[in-house]
Amino acid sequence: MELKRVVITGVGTVNPLGNSVEEYWKNLKDGVSGAGPITHFDASLHATKFACEIKDFDPLQYMEKKEIRKYDLYTQYAFASSEQAVVDSGIDLEKVDGDRVGVIWGAGIGGLQTFHEEVRAYKEERPRFSPFFIPKMIANIAGGLVSMKYGFRGPNYTTVSACASASHAMIDAMNTIRMGKADMILTGGSEAGVNECGVAGFNSMRALSTRNDDPKTASRPFDKDRDGFVMGEGSAAFIFEEYEHAVARGAKIYAEIAGGGMSADAYHMTAPDPEGRGAHLVMKWALEDAGLKPEDVDYINVHGTSTPLGDIAEPKAILKTFGEHAYKLSISSTKSMTGHLLGAAGAVEGLASVLAMREGIVPPTINHSTPDPEIDEKLDFTFNKAKEREINVAISNTFGFGGHNATVVFKKL
Amino acid sequence: MSDVAAKVKAIIVDKLGVDESEVTTEASFTNDLGADSLDTVELIMEFEKEFDLAIPDDEAEKISTVGEAVAHIEAAL
Repeated sequence: MELKRVVITGVGTVNPLGNSVEEYWKNLKDGVSGAGPITHFDASLHATKFACEIKDFDPLQYMEKKEIRKYDLYTQYAFASSEQAVVDSGIDLEKVDGDRVGVIWGAGIGGLQTFHEEVRAYKEERPRFSPFFIPKMIANIAGGLVSMKYGFRGPNYTTVSACASASHAMIDAMNTIRMGKADMILTGGSEAGVNECGVAGFNSMRALSTRNDDPKTASRPFDKDRDGFVMGEGSAAFIFEEYEHAVARGAKIYAEIAGGGMSADAYHMTAPDPEGRGAHLVMKWALEDAGLKPEDVDYINVHGTSTPLGDIAEPKAILKTFGEHAYKLSISSTKSMTGHLLGAAGAVEGLASVLAMREGIVPPTINHSTPDPEIDEKLDFTFNKAKEREINVAISNTFGFGGHNATVVFKKL
Repeated sequence: MSDVAAKVKAIIVDKLGVDESEVTTEASFTNDLGADSLDTVELIMEFEKEFDLAIPDDEAEKISTVGEAVAHIEAAL
């Protein structure tokens, strides 16, 4: 069977750097941090009192008032980015064959706040759960509800692989179209983990930065003084479309989704394989899947979370995969600005990669001041300042707790 | 309007996102106010919480309009 080609024809996002694609890009290239004191709840008793929160989110722009109450925040973010992507794609919802359009979404956790509120109410207010407890909380409901809004009756499910969730969704979306099972897939991911459970849970793991005196410089991937990741939240959505279908309707094309790789570390519950074996395999397999050589790659949007261990293992994997070409690559961790969007990371970072390609600008890894002797200093991490560079091929890495690795390959058309 | 009726109405307006003028005594939760089966269960639970009473499932099933809810609650109080 000959595989079909897959392109991106619509994008949308709400994230800590902006509530639109253009606002997001402007702040990415300008090196703006999205971090600040937590406003979603009283974090005064938490070890970490800051995060990268979405600013001025207005759900009424995207849904009815009565829906807001029934939809967890992670679903509300999904509705926002999805609507932007659908509009951006120029799909005529009256004419499109909804049977040929699917939704494959990614969420690492799902309705964490809903879970917390309901369990608290069960203990303190009433010995029963709301009938919306389960359907509001489950990690697949965002993708289900989005399909209902648009009448997309094609393949529909949600991938759950912690911080690699959205990348897995995007790879599955690509493969579904490649195999001719759908003409278009709405894909991406969303997460809303900036709440008491999310922050306290990751704090207990010692995974979060506690640089409370200077939140904006806390996310500092590959810097010697990094002390953990900074929690982010939000969503990005894409319309993936079969190439001929996109051309036939005269759609604007951002880039081709050329391939994807998936692997596991098979090492530890939360720690990465120190040698980056799973990370090496996933990049190698992604390039093979795309029919590309390591030398074809110009830019890597790395996982680079600003944790002590992860930021050492990933560069090792890059050196192993790319050899001497590793030193010619542009590399950056946009988590230095957005924070870590967990299950939505692959979506917002995939979008950063696509926009970098469109603009010919590599967004920076901000907050770098002290080199880490354990990281090869000849690698170009695009520290502190964006850099002009023509990008023909970009890859986006995401790695999740559980040892799940996913890499997506974007190619200029 | 009785105190109970006013509170019931306020809960319905809040939970179903409908306009106050639509919440008439005869209005049916599902046919007139756009509630689905989950909304209806939630409404009953909110009434129980607001008025501090228990409405058994077999009785809850008989409550389908605003007026029926008010009558049931007033009788139970």
